[in-house]
Formats: sequence, C-alpha cells, structure tokens
Amino acid sequence: MKTIKIWLPILLLLSLTVLFVFGLQNDPKKIPSVLIGKKAPEFNLSILQTSDTNIKKKLNSDSLTGQVWLLNVFASWCITCQIEHKHLMKIAEVNPNLKLIGLAYKDDPSATKLWLEKHGNPYSNVVIDQDGITGINWGVYAVPETFIIDEKGFIVYKNIGAIDENFYTRETKPLLLKTNGKNSKND
Amino acid sequence: MEKTQKTINGSLNSTEVIEDITSSEIVTGVADQERFQSLTNELRCMVCQNQTIAESNAGLAVDLKKQVAKQINEGKTDDQILNFMEERYGEFVLYNPPVSFENSLLWLTPFVVLIIAVLILISALKRQNKSND
Repeated sequence: MKTIKIWLPILLLLSLTVLFVFGLQNDPKKIPSVLIGKKAPEFNLSILQTSDTNIKKKLNSDSLTGQVWLLNVFASWCITCQIEHKHLMKIAEVNPNLKLIGLAYKDDPSATKLWLEKHGNPYSNVVIDQDGITGINWGVYAVPETFIIDEKGFIVYKNIGAIDENFYTRETKPLLLKTNGKNSKND
Repeated sequence: MEKTQKTINGSLNSTEVIEDITSSEIVTGVADQERFQSLTNELRCMVCQNQTIAESNAGLAVDLKKQVAKQINEGKTDDQILNFMEERYGEFVLYNPPVSFENSLLWLTPFVVLIIAVLILISALKRQNKSND
C-alpha cells in the first residue's frame, strides 16, 4: 500500500508528461474542418482557359457528383503550393482518370496560367475563385488545402498545407477502391 | 483591372485602406456600423489566431469583414451571420463559443482537479496532526 502511494504521483506526472509531449506535436494552426462529413459546398465557376482545356466555360460542382474527386486550393502567390506541386503532378500521372480540380484562390487568372505553364498542369480543370468567395464557402484559410469528395458529393477528408508524397496512396486510393468496388458490384 | 481605393466609413479605422470594395460591402448607418463592430470583434482571424478579424488586415480577415458587411446590408441577423461563419470555419472562429458538453469539460476539469487536490491536502494535514498528537 505504501509503495503505491509513493509511485502514484510519479505515475501521474509521467502520464501527464506523455500527454503534453504528444499534445505539443499538434499544430495549432491546423484546425479540423467542420465540413468533413457534410455536403460539399456548391460552386459554379469559370474555367481557366489553358491550351489543353475544352471549350466549356463554367464548371458546376454538381456535375462532378457520382465519382470521387479532389479539390486542390492553390495560387500562384502561394509558396507552399510549389512544394506540393510535384505530388499533384504524380497523382495526375498515376491516375489520369481522377478528377483533380484546382481552385485558383484569390489569384489573377493570367498569373495562374503562367504559373501552370512554368510548373506543369496536373489539374483536370482549374476554376477561378478570384474574390475568394468559394474559398470562404469551403472554409479555406490556409492555402494550399486539398479536399477529397466522395461519389455522393460529401467531403470526406481535408488536408491543410502541402500534401506529402503518400497522400494519394494513404487517403485517396482506399476510397477509390471502395467506391469502384461498390460500383462494379452494382453493375 | 482598375483598382479603386476607398476607406470603409466608420467600419474600420480611418487610416486603414482597403482595395476593391463594392458598395454592398460598405456599412452605413450608426446602428449597422455598431453591429459590424461587434460582429467583427467576435470573429477570430483564422490566419492570425490571437486577433479578431476587426483587428486584422490579413487577406482572409478583410474578405470576412466584407462578407459581414455584405450580409448586414442584406438584412441578415447577427445569429445568421455568426452561423454562416461557424458552418464554414467551426466553433474556433467564434470568440464566444456556445456552452456545450465538450466545452464545459474543458472549463471545469481544472477546478475539479483543484478540488480533489485540496481534499487530499486536507486529509493529509489531518492525518499529520493526529500522528503529531
């Protein structure tokens, strides 16, 4: 009984220390999105005209429902976007059928265009959100941000900041496999 | 594109200049300006976390101020505007988050721990007194 009494405070202190050490790893700048599990906010935005885009002028988010798609919020003025860009290029290369939509957030369309010409364009379509209203609707506060939207149009994941090289295999691929499996069963 | 510079009358410090303000984003009338002040002081700037959007000139804070002004002019109530922000940015955006179970846990746990600690201290002191007698 005596030994327990002596060890109890030490154990408590140790467990608190462990808690704090892990707590301190959390980045207070990364706030979990309230939109996860909710319907993706609708947008109807002009498509940035690049050499390889089709003639369609506007993209409505509704037209993407029925498949898993990604929304990557980026801008030519965003330095971190350059860091993740190679991972986006890789995703587009590995899965050319995946709808990867770029949201050019508070950016001058001609600057966006130049930036994409310089760094490469991984996006199926880039939509223009020059006034940042769509960004507000999606709760965007730190560019780059990447959303995964499931086939029913619900947001299932949000990555704040640059995605890492494992983002696709870790977050996107399992959902794609699950969705495609379901679809083929229904067929 | 032509950039116009206008100050938002009364809704910002007169020294602050903001680009590209449309008329729907300017709050006029004393009552509405007061509402604008109190609302923007209740909303946290997400990119500069210990500032309200009223205090901040960060891009997003300016956009959210425009949004608040626009919605005041559209006749939205304070609750509707705060809800709009909370739906997008979560409770974190509110400087006065609502009382909820999780939040009370956060506030009350330290006091519960304090009470337990005092109780332990009292019982230890009592025991010490007894053994001294």
